[in-house]
Amino acid sequence: MNFIKAIVAAGMVAASTSAFAADITGAGASFPFPIYSKWADAYKKETGNGLNYQSIGSGAGIKQIIAKTVTFGATDAPLKPEQLEKEGLAQWPMVMGAIVPVMNIEGIKPGEMVLDGNTLAKIYLGEIKAWNDPAIAKLNPKLKLPTDAIAVVRRSDGSGTTFNFTDYLSKVSADWKSKVGSGTAVEWPVGVGAKGNEGVAGNISQTKNSIGYVEYAYAKQNKLTYASMINSAGKTVQPTMASFQAAAANADWAKAPGYYLILTNQPGDASWPIAAATFILMHKDATDKAASTEALKFFKWAFEKGGKMAEELDYVPMPDSVVKQVEKTWASEIKS
Amino acid sequence: MADMAVDTTGLQAAAGPFDRAKALSAFKLGDKTFYWATRACAISVLLILGGIILSLFVGAWPAIQEFGLSFLTTARWAPANDPPVLGALGPIYGTLVTSLIAMMIAIPVGLGIAIFLTELCPMWLRRPIGLAIELLAGIPSIIYGMWGFFVLGPFLANHFQPAMIALFEGVPVLGDIFAGPPSYLSLFNASLILAIMVLPFITAISVDVFKTVPPVLKEAAYGVGCTTWEVVRSVVIPYTRVGVIGGIMLALGRALGETMAVTFIIGNSFRITGSIFSPGTTISAAIASEFAESDGLHQSGLILLGLLLFILTFMVLAAARLLLMRLEMKAGK
Repeated sequence: MNFIKAIVAAGMVAASTSAFAADITGAGASFPFPIYSKWADAYKKETGNGLNYQSIGSGAGIKQIIAKTVTFGATDAPLKPEQLEKEGLAQWPMVMGAIVPVMNIEGIKPGEMVLDGNTLAKIYLGEIKAWNDPAIAKLNPKLKLPTDAIAVVRRSDGSGTTFNFTDYLSKVSADWKSKVGSGTAVEWPVGVGAKGNEGVAGNISQTKNSIGYVEYAYAKQNKLTYASMINSAGKTVQPTMASFQAAAANADWAKAPGYYLILTNQPGDASWPIAAATFILMHKDATDKAASTEALKFFKWAFEKGGKMAEELDYVPMPDSVVKQVEKTWASEIKS
Repeated sequence: MADMAVDTTGLQAAAGPFDRAKALSAFKLGDKTFYWATRACAISVLLILGGIILSLFVGAWPAIQEFGLSFLTTARWAPANDPPVLGALGPIYGTLVTSLIAMMIAIPVGLGIAIFLTELCPMWLRRPIGLAIELLAGIPSIIYGMWGFFVLGPFLANHFQPAMIALFEGVPVLGDIFAGPPSYLSLFNASLILAIMVLPFITAISVDVFKTVPPVLKEAAYGVGCTTWEVVRSVVIPYTRVGVIGGIMLALGRALGETMAVTFIIGNSFRITGSIFSPGTTISAAIASEFAESDGLHQSGLILLGLLLFILTFMVLAAARLLLMRLEMKAGK
């Protein structure tokens, strides 16, 4: 009997504490899910407050925050300032990632092959068909390029990764912009679609002479051969934490209302050209003020203490200058 | 009837006419309740179905307004265009082609297994094969998808596809159907996975209906000197035709709508090429791939695709019913 009583009592305590510390709820992009859950876990240990994040995709995250069913929404593609205005939402970048072109060519090691945006666009347009094409050879005079056809791989599912990748190609190639454009799912002229970053990574590692694009973390964890890129300043850069952060630091956030800024093709000698931020959306005047205050406390904590955890998972923390600006935005825009 | 039932129980009968009427009305009430309860269950199916169609229609309305009938004849899928250009021809083509190839493989193999199991198989082998078939049906579709992606796809792309491409190179029509380059993610690979997935449906139902053939019919046929092949062809199959076709239709319904496994290995390409070794997409795979990140007209277009799949499946099942009815009428004459 005592045993049963103890269980009941424990259950009641558990129920009352969880009801007391109202969990923050968020939903949206799947790309930042691993880091948001890691942060939530550490935050719960430290403060006792939980965070429940559902990774349901950026589009669905935007719908959920507009419908006010969650405290915050998350999206890989930022909303335009006029849309933020219309829905009464505040937006800011939370954490970054980067997209890297990956390939599988015998004898070529990570970082050895150099590509520029225009060549990448031509490969994905199907205009460059073989690895020994003069355009690729010109960028890589020292490499021994195979004569084989290029097997183009891309995402089959709608995704923020595709959004940022196609946004980059649109910025560097007028041809791409007019023929394909940018979006979470586009009309691909060539190539096969694989499901998720892991699908693309798997396909690349199994297919000879293939090229694809994945989040940096997947390239690193699957030991895929990545390319170096020529950035908008004309410099060749390797995909590293430093070059990703440089892209965010060199971006002109101050002149981007509502942080509507896509981190591709940013200026700066050291900037990686296909960096990508993922964004948080919250109501400026939320119905549940307590929950939204709690959420801001969590985000502040994540900015201050979450950087190392992010790097462990191959995400890129936002540079300090951007964090300071975001915190100012909270103070001025979000009513608590 | 109820009257007699009451009369036979001595206890009730002894209690007098008043109680008898009461018991009768209680029976009547029970009957009525049962009748209405079952009727409500049956009608609820129609209501749910109607609700699904209605909500699909409402969701698809913006796309119907925007594209109209051109949705059915356009072979482009460009959701990022401004304005978007969406057409269902690619997914419809992919759905039909993968289902067709899957059935071409699964029907002979499935019937073959069923005939072997019921007519030829030694007793000790029946249980292992029967269990294996049931296990095939029990494997979750995502497992099929992963196996297709990591094992079957690479095998086909490295060994089977190059051989077929070389074999048919230069042959008119066939050369186009089996055209390269080999691919891990293709219509053919998805079809093969589908064939394996629908096999248990065809086999299990065929085994069950083959068992209903009266032994005396088969024995008589054997008695006049028929071979096993002749017995199967002239006695077993004609006797069970309706049931076998029912099983095949069930399998076809599954093949048309299968989502997860196909999404993994079809490559989600909306272009229509003649080659079955090129990537393609099916209606359900397209929806599963793009729905989460879609909005506006794009999402509405995906819902319209769903509505089309609904109609397509309905048409297939209706055609199957018609076929069965005609067969039954023929048999009746």
